[in-house]
Amino acid sequence: MSGIRVLVGTRKGAFILTSDVKRKDWKVDGPHFAGWEIYHMKGSPVDLNRIYSSQTSGWFGQIIQRSDDGGKTWNTPGSSPEELQGEGGMPKGESNKFVYHGVPGTHQWYDGTQHPWEFKRVWHLEPALDDVDHVYAGVEDAALFESKDGGKTWNELSALRKHDTGPRWQPGAGGMCLHTILIDPKNQKRMFVAISAAGAFRTDDGGKTWKPINKGLHSQYIPDPTAEVGHCVHRIAMHPSRPNTLFMQKHWDVMRSDDGGDSWKEVSGNLPTDFGFPIDVHAHEPETIYVVPIKSDSEHYPLDGKLRVYRSRTGGNKWEELTKGLPQRDCYVNVLRDAMSVDSVDPCGIYFGTTGGQVYASTDSGDSWFPIVRDLPAVLSVEAQTLK
Amino acid sequence: MIRIVLPHHLRTLAKVGAEVQIDVNGSATVQSLLDALENKYPVLRGTIRDHGTLKRRPLVRFFACGEDISHESPDTPLPDLIVKGSEPFFVLGAIAGG
Repeated sequence: MSGIRVLVGTRKGAFILTSDVKRKDWKVDGPHFAGWEIYHMKGSPVDLNRIYSSQTSGWFGQIIQRSDDGGKTWNTPGSSPEELQGEGGMPKGESNKFVYHGVPGTHQWYDGTQHPWEFKRVWHLEPALDDVDHVYAGVEDAALFESKDGGKTWNELSALRKHDTGPRWQPGAGGMCLHTILIDPKNQKRMFVAISAAGAFRTDDGGKTWKPINKGLHSQYIPDPTAEVGHCVHRIAMHPSRPNTLFMQKHWDVMRSDDGGDSWKEVSGNLPTDFGFPIDVHAHEPETIYVVPIKSDSEHYPLDGKLRVYRSRTGGNKWEELTKGLPQRDCYVNVLRDAMSVDSVDPCGIYFGTTGGQVYASTDSGDSWFPIVRDLPAVLSVEAQTLK
Repeated sequence: MIRIVLPHHLRTLAKVGAEVQIDVNGSATVQSLLDALENKYPVLRGTIRDHGTLKRRPLVRFFACGEDISHESPDTPLPDLIVKGSEPFFVLGAIAGG
């Protein structure tokens, strides 16, 4: 089929929203995995029907689910009877086995003491650009894993966690999570990741070595505001045609880099508040970016009870508020870091979900908005797929 | 044949009903029972016990014959009523929150 599929992860299950390319009439399918937290779902660019999902629970831990038919049916990877026979005839069932390489070591805890690295959940799944079975997972406590067999088994790319600065990484309020994974489409050995609250890192050799890329970030809430690591980066976005240009929503401040993260400059400009979580780039205009300003890190809701997306058509600094169709009174929801996405239709569609359970869409690059659905559980993630 | 009652979310994950029946070879302990359960339903690996350490997940509890045996050694033999299948072994998600 052609059309749009929007993958929505919530606190209480997964939902799949579908429409034709007009994007007016939507079908809501779900909940899948009812009652479980779905931190993230994302489809492979190689095969849009291959979707990976991170299903988690504070009680029962991490589950990885996979669909090979666009979300109609799901299985934990490697769970067919023949696949479950490992060496010696014993079942394997390792699709949720995320084990750090070697002795995990320690990182900085909230009180400044050292604390052991402990796996908690997968925050973000990033399918590789050229292999349907290759997928990366960003996890809490911060580390990067990859699977090359469609999610059946996972291997840590441990050079990141073992970076010299690792003992100085510390958790943000939501935990010490690796939440952003960007792959350079022109050189897939080059990847960018972001960790709350360690900062941004880049590899140029497929994960063998990593470099902190936080020069130019200024975080007044840490002892050394310009430290090499320790910055609470909330999200990074990139347009695939310009992988050297990165846009960042930091805890406070919206930033951009034009040298692959080697240096950053602030582009918050006239935003009413530069605190927020998501940031994304227009599908066809690499200098058009979107953020959702949030009042502060203490309150976590929109300024003045007005839900506003801000758009810059100049790559930052000059921002315009987008309000048409969004609630402009008594609105106190949040929009989390992985809960905004764009499609590749022209004009570009923008989608975001709120902690109040609404999923809003714009089919005119942000000029106007409408809710696709209003009463889902709190939305954790939104990913749009454009089906050809 | 030992009867095990799983919590709702693990039933849906393993695609089973309220109760599953498990054969245990040799001495029946919490450890051998969970080994056998995970061998039959590999999707449950990592959900009751940590993958690497095999320690019980913090918010999971084990009950046998009305007693919370979560903190007993995993090598402790299970009560006869459990081993004979007269009473089920309960895996519970601990009550947490308000």
